[in-house]
Amino acid sequence: MTTEHTQQAEHALTPSSYIQHHLGFNAQSVGDASFWTLHVDTLAMSVILGLVVMGLIWWVARGATAGVPTKRQAFVELVFGFVDDQVKNIFHGDRHSFIAPTALTVFLWVLAMNAMDFLPVDIFAKLMHGLGFEHWRAVPTSDINTTFALALAVWFLMIFFSIKAKGLGGWIHELFCSPFGSNPLVWPANFLFNLIEYVSKPLSHSLRLFGNMYAGEIIFLLLGMWAATGLAGTIFGAILGAGWSIFHILIVALQAFIFMMLTVVYLAMAHESH
Amino acid sequence: MNINFTLVAQAIAFAVLIWFTVKFVWPPLLKAIETRQKEIADGLAAAQEGRSALEVAAKKSEATLNEAKQKASEIIGQAEKRAAQIIDEAKGNAKVEGDRIIAGAKAEIDQEVNRAKEGLRTQVSALAVAGAEKILRKEIDAKAHSDMLSKLAAEL
Repeated sequence: MTTEHTQQAEHALTPSSYIQHHLGFNAQSVGDASFWTLHVDTLAMSVILGLVVMGLIWWVARGATAGVPTKRQAFVELVFGFVDDQVKNIFHGDRHSFIAPTALTVFLWVLAMNAMDFLPVDIFAKLMHGLGFEHWRAVPTSDINTTFALALAVWFLMIFFSIKAKGLGGWIHELFCSPFGSNPLVWPANFLFNLIEYVSKPLSHSLRLFGNMYAGEIIFLLLGMWAATGLAGTIFGAILGAGWSIFHILIVALQAFIFMMLTVVYLAMAHESH
Repeated sequence: MNINFTLVAQAIAFAVLIWFTVKFVWPPLLKAIETRQKEIADGLAAAQEGRSALEVAAKKSEATLNEAKQKASEIIGQAEKRAAQIIDEAKGNAKVEGDRIIAGAKAEIDQEVNRAKEGLRTQVSALAVAGAEKILRKEIDAKAHSDMLSKLAAEL
């Protein structure tokens, strides 16, 4: 599928081919079925960003002193305190053993991945093209696989903590006996309710982030396309692109924050029994 | 919108990152921050303690000062009393001594007067003898009439 677009993009630059070219993944097949495909760009970008961001934090954390902190350490502690405060308000248990560090990971990693949206789409694509990559998506969070992977991981953690907190019996009991009560007549309704909740949580969790980042990328592409139409298009495209970039700073940070908050809320809810 | 193996790979990456953060990033930061919080709390407590100790010391010094003042005034009062006593004593002594001296002087005067009287008596008797001798001339023997004359002198 992606190779067809490549051919088109090579030969004629039409709006649809331009956008489709930019939205094509660097997909490598690792098996027979279409499921066994790996988006190398998504994976490489996210892993590199994860290593860089968490590595930087780790580097500061390793040299962290209880005395007067350096500016570098103060900044990291600012982020730490911000995440810790959020978790403290939502989750009332031992947050330091798992949930708070998870929230920090989610926040920083998603923020870094979202921030790749600031890279100028065409220059970056050109650069990667020069390095021999026909397709290279810079923003891992505009790949549904990434957001879904994160949301599903949180979903499994949610079920794990639910069972851990209430026991397997308690969890199954809750599936059938909440929110309407333990009367056997309302068991199907309860179960249906919980089922919808369990399905909707990862979907809304992942699609919210994906939708925002994907839309942001599309708008950058549309502005880039406008810029290709002539001088006026270039000028207005640049102005609007700058405006959208500035506005996007908010979206990038906000979506990372929302994703982290939802992660914390879901994991905290799993610890509460109804 | 194609879900594929990337999802699994990303989930693994996510899990590894979480593990890394839980294991290596969060604990040292938490430790540093909590240690610092404790240090600050301890410092504030120590400062509070110092302040209250200072207050206690100030109160104590004030009490000591007051006590010293009281003692000093007491001592001064005692000294004044003693001085008055000494003066009274001295006055008494002086009076006694003066009386004694006056009495001595009076006695001496009396003695002098007596002695003068005695002298005068002898002289008067001598004069009387001499006068009588002049009057009577040889008729009167001084030796024979001295007894009578000394009686006369004692009557003077």
